[in-house]
Amino acid sequence: MASAFEYAPAPESRSIVDIAPSYGLFINGEFTEAADGKVFKTVSPSTEEVLSEVAEAGEADVDRAVQAARKAFEKWSALPGSERAKYLFRIARIIQERSRELAVLETLDNGKPIRETRDADLPLVAAHFFYYAGWADKLDHAGYGANPRPLGVAGQVIPWNFPLLMLAWKIAPALATGNTVVLKPAETTPLSALFFADICRQAGLPKGVVNILTGDGRAGAALIAHPDVDKVAFTGSTAVGKQIARTVAGTRKKVTLELGGKGANIVFDDAPVDQAVEGIVNGIFFNQGQVCCAGSRLLVQESIHDELLDSLKRRLGTLRLGDPLDKNTDIGAINSAEQLARITALADRGEAEGAERWSPACELPQNGFWFAPTLFTKVTQAHTVARDEIFGPVLSVLTFRTPDEAVAKANNTPYGLSAGIWTEKGSRILAVANKLRAGVIWSNTFNKFDPTSPFGGYKESGFGREGGRHGLEAYLDV
Amino acid sequence: MSDARLSVLKTYKLYVGGKFPRSESGRVYEVTDSKNNWLANAPLASRKDARDAVVAARKAFGGWSGATAYNRGQILYRIAEMLEGRRGQYVREVADAEGLSKSKAADQVDAAIDRWVWYAGWTDKIAQVVGGGNPVAGPFFNLSSPEPTGVVAVLAPQASSFLGLVSVVAPVIATGNTAVVVASERSPLPALSLGEVLATSDLPGGVVNILSGRTAEIAAPLAAHQDVNAIDLAGADEALAKELEIAAADNLKRVLRPQPVDNWSATPGTERMTAFLETKTVWHPTGSLGASGSAY
Repeated sequence: MASAFEYAPAPESRSIVDIAPSYGLFINGEFTEAADGKVFKTVSPSTEEVLSEVAEAGEADVDRAVQAARKAFEKWSALPGSERAKYLFRIARIIQERSRELAVLETLDNGKPIRETRDADLPLVAAHFFYYAGWADKLDHAGYGANPRPLGVAGQVIPWNFPLLMLAWKIAPALATGNTVVLKPAETTPLSALFFADICRQAGLPKGVVNILTGDGRAGAALIAHPDVDKVAFTGSTAVGKQIARTVAGTRKKVTLELGGKGANIVFDDAPVDQAVEGIVNGIFFNQGQVCCAGSRLLVQESIHDELLDSLKRRLGTLRLGDPLDKNTDIGAINSAEQLARITALADRGEAEGAERWSPACELPQNGFWFAPTLFTKVTQAHTVARDEIFGPVLSVLTFRTPDEAVAKANNTPYGLSAGIWTEKGSRILAVANKLRAGVIWSNTFNKFDPTSPFGGYKESGFGREGGRHGLEAYLDV
Repeated sequence: MSDARLSVLKTYKLYVGGKFPRSESGRVYEVTDSKNNWLANAPLASRKDARDAVVAARKAFGGWSGATAYNRGQILYRIAEMLEGRRGQYVREVADAEGLSKSKAADQVDAAIDRWVWYAGWTDKIAQVVGGGNPVAGPFFNLSSPEPTGVVAVLAPQASSFLGLVSVVAPVIATGNTAVVVASERSPLPALSLGEVLATSDLPGGVVNILSGRTAEIAAPLAAHQDVNAIDLAGADEALAKELEIAAADNLKRVLRPQPVDNWSATPGTERMTAFLETKTVWHPTGSLGASGSAY
């Protein structure tokens, strides 16, 4: 649908961020090369331009980083909580000061729209550090007994979909409780974590308290298996999560896993349709659907199916896909060629299995990794697109007649991370929310996050909670 | 007791789905006291018995997790009442099983009865202690509540055949989980007798299922079972615990690793409850009355 009012380009300037041609590993407060000198390139997914070359950590580097964290642990954990708090408050403030720079950087390295990094990722990152900073000297009152102790060295492995936000979710509670960390960012999005290392330097954080290792899955596996790591925290795929659970079996390591999902977004016939459509769009097209808690299954009551789908399709026709640095862009690039191939394969499978595919007219840029917003209708519970996590801008539409059927279908998944409920009837919200087996439920809204609000899954979506008072437990010996 | 009268021996049976079946395998094993005197033949439960017990536990989960916390508390308290009435029987069984004097065995049984009372009181309090509202930065009412994880496989402690058993089972069901319990391998009789108390305490059938036999044999299919949500490894040794934890990873069961317990009589904390709870957080928009809304 050609618009009568085309938008002029409104790009955010990238001159605010200065990306060095190469970066080392951040170990014991210093940037150093990998022991074996290996490096890899990180590209901008929207253009395939090489942004920088970063060191690839190997086992020797993992060992060096864990030793640095171990050495730093003694002093860091012995600091009065009020002093640890002040370091974290400093970090929160510096993140706020540098938030536009970090937003542009994140958009470049990840491919997500600047509107999201500027308005969602970065404010949440700063808020998360600010929130946990305040806990550091109040742990006696957190409900875990008097003087709860930290675990030691935390090995943390994070994904590429919210690189800096996932770093904040991992590092802020770990440091507040007195642990030291070795964190490995995802292979395709290493840059914001390296910029965070610089923020640690500006904040005067003691050496070795935070160590950043860039590299691929092998570095992550080595970190998790390292015998001197006391705590493992992972956000990523369920398959890797299971592998980690096997690796740590029989050890002392405490584990939290935040894994995949196949969230149901349930729309009842009395829902305000326009609001529901916005919620559905936000649920599955936010961050190109590369969100573990995405509302990737739309369960719509049969009587309003046609009306809702018409509105939804009309709305998808207005989404703007393209340059992630453009302030008007709604849909950015897919993070990597590999992820694009996975989304493509699963969408093709949906078509092959007989579901009906639809996308709005949408021109994809020549370079970079792109996937048009996609709907599947006539989807049954047996279809692959209704069962597998696609982690892309692909929505599967199923129908139901009664609330019981909606609940049964919503729960018919090995996952249990998120769900949405759209209805005007308060008692129905409470009854349905009560029966859904998922860790986060949004009623008449979707994809809302807050540092005070615990986040995490049931069943194969993992265990443990991040955020809020609950998030402290993962890093305390309780 | 008159010499002329021959006593009536009890046939010990499993407790599954509120009924008392023998092992489907038809197998039994000899249970002896600490001096190797024969006490009874206990069912040697099979993998199939374990799977049947999971089916029963799953079937009971909806009703038990959906019961009010007050109702669950009343039932747990009722279990204490029933045990108190049969105190003598359990003192005898525990003394035989663990080679304890009558008075030491009585201490164990009394502590076990009191443990049910402790957890009966927790059912309608744990949500207030570990849940609550979250002050999010936006116009939302945001509430976190604990919910039971689901079906929990419980390997009861090997040494403490009754107090240890109660100490691991009560916290699991207090919060609304259902349980498949593997009794102490060497001393299963107090556990099997507990089934008789549970069956007469208004506890719905299937909420607690009790199996006796070889711990390793029964635990393996439970740890690997796709419809079991969590496993308490209290009764596993180090090697078995590791093996079971690896199997449990297949559907990401919540795993409570074995911890050394010197004294089961010590007041338990909340950890055995929170290990088998999920936190559900629900966001509700609060809306806004805007400028024209009431200021009161």
